[in-house]
Amino acid sequence: MAKAKAQSTPQSKPQSKPKTNTEDYMRMYAQMVRIRTFEDNANQLYLSAKMPGLTHMYSGEEAVAVGICEALTDSDRITSTHRGHGHCVAKGAEFREMFCELLGKEEGYCRGKGGSMHIADQSHGNLGANAIVGGSMGIATGSALRAKLQGSDDVTVCFFGDGATAQGLWYEVMNMAALWKLPVIYACENNGYSEYTKTEEIAAGSIMARAEAFGIESHQVDGQDVLAVNELTQKLVARARKGEGPFFMELMTYRYHGHHVGDINRAYYRSKEEETDWKENRDPIVRFRSWLVAEGIATEEEIEALNAEIETDAAEAVAYAEAAPYPDASEVDMHVYAD
Amino acid sequence: MREITLSQAVNEAIAEEMRRDPTVFLLGEDVAEAGTPFKVLSGLVEEFGTERIIDTPISEPGFVGLAVGAAMTGARPIVDLMFGDFLYLVMDQLCNQAAKQHYMSGGKLSVPMVLRTNLGATRRSAAQHSQSLQALVAHIPGLKVALPSSAYEAKGLMKTAIRDNNPVVIFEDKLMYQDKAPVPEEEYLIPFGEANIKREGTDITLIATSSMVQVAEKAAETLAAEGISAEVIDPRTIVPLDEATLIESVKKTSRAIVIDEGHQSYGVTSEIASRLNEKAFYHLDAPVLRMGAMDVPVPFSPALEDLTVPTPEGVAAAARKLCSGELIHAA
Ligand SMILES: Cc1ncc(C[n+]2csc(CCOP(=O)(O)OP(=O)(O)O)c2C)c(N)n1
Ligand SMILES: [Mg+2]
Repeated sequence: MAKAKAQSTPQSKPQSKPKTNTEDYMRMYAQMVRIRTFEDNANQLYLSAKMPGLTHMYSGEEAVAVGICEALTDSDRITSTHRGHGHCVAKGAEFREMFCELLGKEEGYCRGKGGSMHIADQSHGNLGANAIVGGSMGIATGSALRAKLQGSDDVTVCFFGDGATAQGLWYEVMNMAALWKLPVIYACENNGYSEYTKTEEIAAGSIMARAEAFGIESHQVDGQDVLAVNELTQKLVARARKGEGPFFMELMTYRYHGHHVGDINRAYYRSKEEETDWKENRDPIVRFRSWLVAEGIATEEEIEALNAEIETDAAEAVAYAEAAPYPDASEVDMHVYAD
Repeated sequence: MREITLSQAVNEAIAEEMRRDPTVFLLGEDVAEAGTPFKVLSGLVEEFGTERIIDTPISEPGFVGLAVGAAMTGARPIVDLMFGDFLYLVMDQLCNQAAKQHYMSGGKLSVPMVLRTNLGATRRSAAQHSQSLQALVAHIPGLKVALPSSAYEAKGLMKTAIRDNNPVVIFEDKLMYQDKAPVPEEEYLIPFGEANIKREGTDITLIATSSMVQVAEKAAETLAAEGISAEVIDPRTIVPLDEATLIESVKKTSRAIVIDEGHQSYGVTSEIASRLNEKAFYHLDAPVLRMGAMDVPVPFSPALEDLTVPTPEGVAAAARKLCSGELIHAA
């Protein structure tokens, strides 16, 4: 299975007609498993005190990042969040450089300077994770403005959480994006919580209606169904390329871990039963896997082999990152200003 | 005396003032059931209810604005800003609105609010969760700025802040929440503008704020073993600043280093050093040194992050040079 995403054009994208695009489906599956595997390893690094600081796990939300990013090309751009490993992998990043970044090593995507919350991968159009909730909404919209001014048909997807819809910045940039028909798709990952608070306690009215108030076409989609996410995104991306944007997508999903890896005792804000229900009945990987088998696209054995291959890749990347050197002290005041 | 953590000290101060004054309320993100990510406010919502311990959406300019309005109309709000780095989001509400109302209205309106937030690097939290931005708000006339350096100061300064009739920004060192210090059971307040001489000395004055007080104290220990007697002073509030105590000390020791975790350029250290130069110039045997955080965004990698903040070793080394006359003509 291809680790790096193949160079692709919009035409070569999956057509969401079952059984005709085995490779695309298998890549989607592999990308979701790669995210889950990455996170399991990152969590392990935290638990064994090998990773500095804290990190926010994407596990459970894989179908969102993969469904969306599989509808994009390398020259399309995304902006990411504090919960950004999934976006980064889905947009084509490599395990090695990602683990190196998480461990603060020189070979990391940001030479160890950014860490988990600031991973950026310019080569695949990932403009970066952001530790300020909603902090990338302006950046994404600006990237779309750039595409329009440049006359290119690149699309920018702005990922953010339900909690981020409380940031005033979003309303300012949506207004401009709508006025100027910018090729940006606002993708709200509604996982039901912002930190330790339920979304309904901090969001008045309907989130979709807020985007609609600016005349922005809005869609709600099951964020645990990678095909549904991908199909909708393909359509919206194609239209955004023709100047019919902006769009808003609300993706209903769930985070399996705590707000961050240290958030272990969660009973006071969400029940174990709720967590179990999402994990056991709506897991995006399990769902897609059974679909692949049922449709005869892959056998259980092929899938197991693929999973094993990804696990080996991750283990190798972790070992590599652990052994990799830290940046030299001389780097500390390098990159404050561009030449 | 009993010892409690800085976190408990803040919690007690707020609880006591809320019992004392029904107009005091608190708002911020995840402050109620969650008691903040650092668990500083745990238990308050159980005692005071969700009408006075209010969970807000992630709308920092919005809820700071609400606090300003409530303060102007008779309440004493405490805003909880989860990280000092989020000050950038609320600058208009804080600096254009809160700070200026009293002056612009010719003394008719006032904004008795507290914004409690934090500072400090070396927590591996990277560039947007590690800044020490006290200089930014200390620059704005109308705002008071308190920098507690232990549980004792955290409690006394918080109580004073809540009773103050002006907007006060309090920065807690997020690495210090679990640090214990002796805190009396009985009520006390620490007045603003009163520096604390943490350690007396005769050869050099180390003026240090917040997280840097411990750094200065450790440096003073090292220096003492070498026969250099360092005085350590914690200003406790930088606006208002207890100039008199600082100047007095420097007149005695003739040398000073100012240490603060904000960026060194255009920072708190620069301001204090200038005042000493202006007001104690003829008593100085050496230039006043500034030691702040390096002028770089805080890097994530531990290998780099640890280089960006002043350390006891660094302070001791600089003090040695000052005392041996090495730096008399230094730039
Ligand atoms: C401006 C700002 N305010 C507060 C925070 C602290 N914080 C980090 S993540 C988070 C919750 C975000 O919730 P949501 O947008 O739903 O994303 P999720 O974590 O659920 O993926 C908060 C409050 C922050 N990083 N930035
Ligand atoms: Mg959320």
